[in-house]
Amino acid sequence: MSKKIGRGNSQTQATRRWAWLFLGPVVAAFTIGFVWPFIQGICLSFCKFRITSDATFVGISNYQAALADPSFQHSFWYTAATAVVSLVLINVFAFAVAYALTQGIRGSNLYRTVFFMPNLIGGIVLGYIWSMIFDGILSHYDTSILLETKYGFWGLIILMCWQQIGYMMIIYIAGLQAVPEDMIEAAKIDGATKWQTLFRVIIPNVMPSITICTFLSLTNGFKLFDQNLALTGGLPYLIQPDGSTINTTEMLALNIYNTFYNSSTAARGTAQAKAVIFFVLVAGLGLAQLAYTRKREVQQ
Amino acid sequence: MASNNITRRSFLGAAGIVAAALAACGGAGEGGGNAAAGKVYWLNFKPELDETLQTIKDMYKEAKGIEPKIVTAASGTYSQTLTSEMDKTDAPTMFVIGNAAGVKEWGGFALDLKGTAIESELNTDAYNLYDESGKLVSMGYCYECYGIVANADLIAKAGHDIADIKDFASLEAVVTDIHERADELGFDAFVATDMDDSSSWRVTGHLANLDYFYEERDDGGWDECPATIKGTYVENYKKLYDLAINNSTVEPKTLATGGHDPAQQFKDGKACFFFTGSWDYADLAAAQPNIHMLPYYCGVDGEEKAGLNCGTENCWAVNANASEADQQATIDFMVWLVTDPDASALLVEQLGIMPYNNAAESTNGFLNDAADYTSNGCYVMDWATNYQPNVDDYRAALVSALNAYNANPSDKTWADVRTAFVDGWATQYKKANA
Repeated sequence: MSKKIGRGNSQTQATRRWAWLFLGPVVAAFTIGFVWPFIQGICLSFCKFRITSDATFVGISNYQAALADPSFQHSFWYTAATAVVSLVLINVFAFAVAYALTQGIRGSNLYRTVFFMPNLIGGIVLGYIWSMIFDGILSHYDTSILLETKYGFWGLIILMCWQQIGYMMIIYIAGLQAVPEDMIEAAKIDGATKWQTLFRVIIPNVMPSITICTFLSLTNGFKLFDQNLALTGGLPYLIQPDGSTINTTEMLALNIYNTFYNSSTAARGTAQAKAVIFFVLVAGLGLAQLAYTRKREVQQ
Repeated sequence: MASNNITRRSFLGAAGIVAAALAACGGAGEGGGNAAAGKVYWLNFKPELDETLQTIKDMYKEAKGIEPKIVTAASGTYSQTLTSEMDKTDAPTMFVIGNAAGVKEWGGFALDLKGTAIESELNTDAYNLYDESGKLVSMGYCYECYGIVANADLIAKAGHDIADIKDFASLEAVVTDIHERADELGFDAFVATDMDDSSSWRVTGHLANLDYFYEERDDGGWDECPATIKGTYVENYKKLYDLAINNSTVEPKTLATGGHDPAQQFKDGKACFFFTGSWDYADLAAAQPNIHMLPYYCGVDGEEKAGLNCGTENCWAVNANASEADQQATIDFMVWLVTDPDASALLVEQLGIMPYNNAAESTNGFLNDAADYTSNGCYVMDWATNYQPNVDDYRAALVSALNAYNANPSDKTWADVRTAFVDGWATQYKKANA
């Protein structure tokens, strides 16, 4: 088995010769669909443009405008708060549900299906459905989700939990089922309580699942767009003395979108710069979080 | 018959003449027509009108023996199509310049229509567009209107007469009386003025026009979007807005969410006043036969002479670079469109009202109301609202401020509405022109 495959091996030679044929389509698709637009996007963030084929270089002024924009700053902190709160709630609930559904209760499969199903509904539809539900309740108190920032915030958290808990639950269930039976049995024989077993045996063993789930829910939280647009669309606004607005429930992605399409065409470069900052932020946070949780994974 | 005797030689000769005639038309293709009489090429910008125009093309050919070329630009591509068509030797002889921005861009290509046969057919110059030198660049060929739709039958049922509503005071008297007696009458004054996306434009776009219009009139007319507005008439806006939300089928607090379907409320006879426009006429009139449109009475001096908010972006221009024969043929065609009973009836059905003396009568009751106001010497409130800068952002801010006001009416919340209305204009203007 350890015999090195020599240069003379005909299969290797054939693979080398024809590699481009098999790699080509994927590389081409990835380049056309991702790499090229990504590079173009970064270039455009340094330009002033109306249509993408006709752009003039303006240096870093787009970045200055983006960072000086109070609505961008507001949306950053609002997004961070939403992402952190939803990260914690989604993962705690998803783990709890996954744990409960791996204890052998009757109808587990049915429950798993039911919990997973909200994930199959698109964000825009979910946003409108939940806005009707919330307004149906809030109208009894003579108010609306569009009138108070705190309703918009918690409304979005509830929506995200409802949508994503089922998905994360599936990942946790897979992780929980991979925990070796004998380890749990050994803990039981050694006299560990249920809680001790959970925190000392099970959780360290499902760390890979926790890594992936926290990564997904954190980046999902930051990238959230459809649900935000459909649920509140940024309302209510704070009207500033100069007539400009701070859209109190507007998250980063929606802020970028609004900058690009609603403001003047001159603001398109600014929106592009915001999008690059947004990418760096999400990628940086995601990688940092991955590195942190990876360290806590145990080798079985 | 002559055709029996065609020789090869005479056939070639005839073919040569035909070819020469076609060449003289500049390769006009189907629109070649009669070279001596000039040709007509209309670049239309309304896709929904195309089918009617193809019928009209055949009618004109039958009546006058000239086949106009009528091309419709694909939806949303009019300005690109016009840009490329104008470069060609066979350029449109008739095209659309619909607003002040269009006059700046295309005014140089337009023939001065002053003193032409088509101008003398007009019954108002309210929809004409002039450039800074006073040249009549384009003239409206149809218009729409909006205002306060009122159900005359219900008003009569409440013991009032719609004809008595002449200004804000008389409107207020009727509205508040009906609202107070709503339980007894079985209907209310105003339908829900919903603030969701399907309805908020009624107040953030249309009702707001009353401030812009009167400001524009004070300024002696706007030629382009002003960088700032003064908000001189925002208090008048508030008067009419308050009247509508406080004398309505629903509580103001519930307007933010919307979902009350105001048009259905009106059709069901649950209320007698509704902010909407002429495009709703057929739908509303099918349910409530005796309906009329009232101007935005809001307590401005001299408003007894106010008419409806009428406007259009459907304005004809004639290509100044076309040959004289072509220009003449085009103007003849335009005159025929607005005077021929069958052709103008077809157009009126599609377009609303045509402001020409001999055009077919409109079947749209609201537009007829508009025409009645005009013929009684009332001023038309033109669509100054079309100048709103960064319109989506501007209106969204206004919606948010009005939501807060509806939930908690106070001077403080109204101050935010005013800020969004007046300062928001300047802010969005700056953004749009950065």
